[in-house]
Amino acid sequence: MSVPFEKVISRDWDKPAQSTLVGYKRSGGYKNLQKVLSLSPQQIIDEVKKSNLRGRGGAGFPTGVKWGFVPKDSPKPKYLCVNADESEPGTAKDRYILERDPHLLLEGIAIACWALGAHTCYIYARGEFKYPSSVLDRAIAEAYADGIFGRRLMDTPFALDVYQVRGAGAYICGEETALLESLEGKKGWPRLKPPFPAVVGLFGCPTVVNNVETIAALPRIFEKGAEWFAGLGTEKSGGTRLVTLSGSVNRPGTYEAPMQATVEEMIYSQEYGQGMPEGRKPKAVIPGGSSAPVLTASEIGVSLDFDAYRPLHSMAGSGGIIVIDDATCIVRALWRVTRFYAEESCGQCTPCREGQPWMTRLLRKIEEGHGQPGDLDTLMDVASAIAPWPPVGLGNTVCALGDAGALPVQSFVTKFREEFEQHISEQRCPYGDKPWGAFGDFK
Amino acid sequence: MSDPLFTQEEYRKFDEGIAELLLHYPSDRKSAAMLPALRLLQTMKGWLPPEGMELVAQRLETHKEHAYEVATFYVMYHTQKPATYVIDVCTSLSCSLRGAESLLAFLEKKLDTCAGVNGERYFVREAECLASCSTAPCFQINEDHFESLTPQKVEQILENLK
Repeated sequence: MSVPFEKVISRDWDKPAQSTLVGYKRSGGYKNLQKVLSLSPQQIIDEVKKSNLRGRGGAGFPTGVKWGFVPKDSPKPKYLCVNADESEPGTAKDRYILERDPHLLLEGIAIACWALGAHTCYIYARGEFKYPSSVLDRAIAEAYADGIFGRRLMDTPFALDVYQVRGAGAYICGEETALLESLEGKKGWPRLKPPFPAVVGLFGCPTVVNNVETIAALPRIFEKGAEWFAGLGTEKSGGTRLVTLSGSVNRPGTYEAPMQATVEEMIYSQEYGQGMPEGRKPKAVIPGGSSAPVLTASEIGVSLDFDAYRPLHSMAGSGGIIVIDDATCIVRALWRVTRFYAEESCGQCTPCREGQPWMTRLLRKIEEGHGQPGDLDTLMDVASAIAPWPPVGLGNTVCALGDAGALPVQSFVTKFREEFEQHISEQRCPYGDKPWGAFGDFK
Repeated sequence: MSDPLFTQEEYRKFDEGIAELLLHYPSDRKSAAMLPALRLLQTMKGWLPPEGMELVAQRLETHKEHAYEVATFYVMYHTQKPATYVIDVCTSLSCSLRGAESLLAFLEKKLDTCAGVNGERYFVREAECLASCSTAPCFQINEDHFESLTPQKVEQILENLK
């Protein structure tokens, strides 16, 4: 790698008491905010654009550009919403930011709110985050008590209130417009776009929704400069990535890695996954959370950069890498993925509400040895009614959950068709029907 | 006559909680507090009794159907009285690859129960991804998170429940 690697987000995770205000200030915390308050909002937005910071929730949309969509002359209040509804299978990164360095997020929030002219920020954390949420609540209380938040942000006449709101178990609420509905106290049914939240968002007001990791990068950008941040990454993607490595690797974990690292390095490097269990080889790797179309073993030389995946019809997504080895049934793996989207479909759009469970039933039937010729075509048909393959823009549903469930089916069946056909022709799963592996003794 | 929902002391606590929540929202958007208000009710009662949901709706100046709709949309709300211990076992792909199916079978056997059945003491159910993929397999017991589970660890955790 040509660029020397330095940790950005997880830099201070191992420092003592980092999750408290005292610990955070000891490592230089809230000094950047002080610096930022002397800049104009436009200067901040320009810096963020220059840093090439892109949304870490999965879409990789340039953050500064997103902020630029907020109308400056709107008489309505503006809101910042932080998406901490981390629930994409394979992804466990935001949780650690909340647990280990919550003030990094809070300082980022203050910077973003100052730039956007937002006096209220809601952090929407998933309901299952009992412990991460408790750490965050404590940090918010500390920031109020210290005069950072409240009626005068760091002794400026700028009022800033930050509230944590907890979800209650619905993956769909990670979708930005469903998140807004949920914040408004409703069930999480996504909204049609346009209008985009930047114009009509929370309570009908201009709103920016950003992922936790995205906001947490802001204090660093203003500490070391936009050029530094941009320089860490690739041409169009600044910074580093938090990668969640799971599945068949010797050392699963959440690691910060350079944008230029490859999926293969994440699996085999001594710093990260340390290879696979004895005698196993990768069969398939999901690169960016379970909705990212699967890669074959020959495709894992791809880097973590958002733009590297287009030729492979996949995506870097949320940085959740799931490794499936050659002793694992691919049909069963896909069934597990599809079940998730069937369970989590909000029920608003017919192709997704009906299609995801239909695909799940077909996969189970094939896995249990009752597949019939034609089932694979039906599977692909149902998926294509939700979203086209290869992926081109958005599918046929209000939000991308439809695509998220269809793309795995399409990519698995296209890339591993023989294994699906073998299940059907032999009327059994070649890997047997026992539950998968023992727990606590992964080999 | 059914038991009253709250004692007087509990009413006071509930109303204080609601008042605190309402401070977080614009004054003409009281119903936005629906999720945290239902959480408050569930924390106090262990579940969401119908008369409690009606009370929430009343306090938030919305209709009770709104409360029911939200309560039934999100899986963490209990519209039926749950078992003493609700055990959510993640069986999404990352956990399944590391033995979550065996973990589920282990729990069913140990606790003499069937996943998905709400018993008196235990309610074991399959949950979707709990954001613990790199520390799989995992489960949550009444929202407390346990990860990197081994049979020994699970035995110990279950022992502590007794």
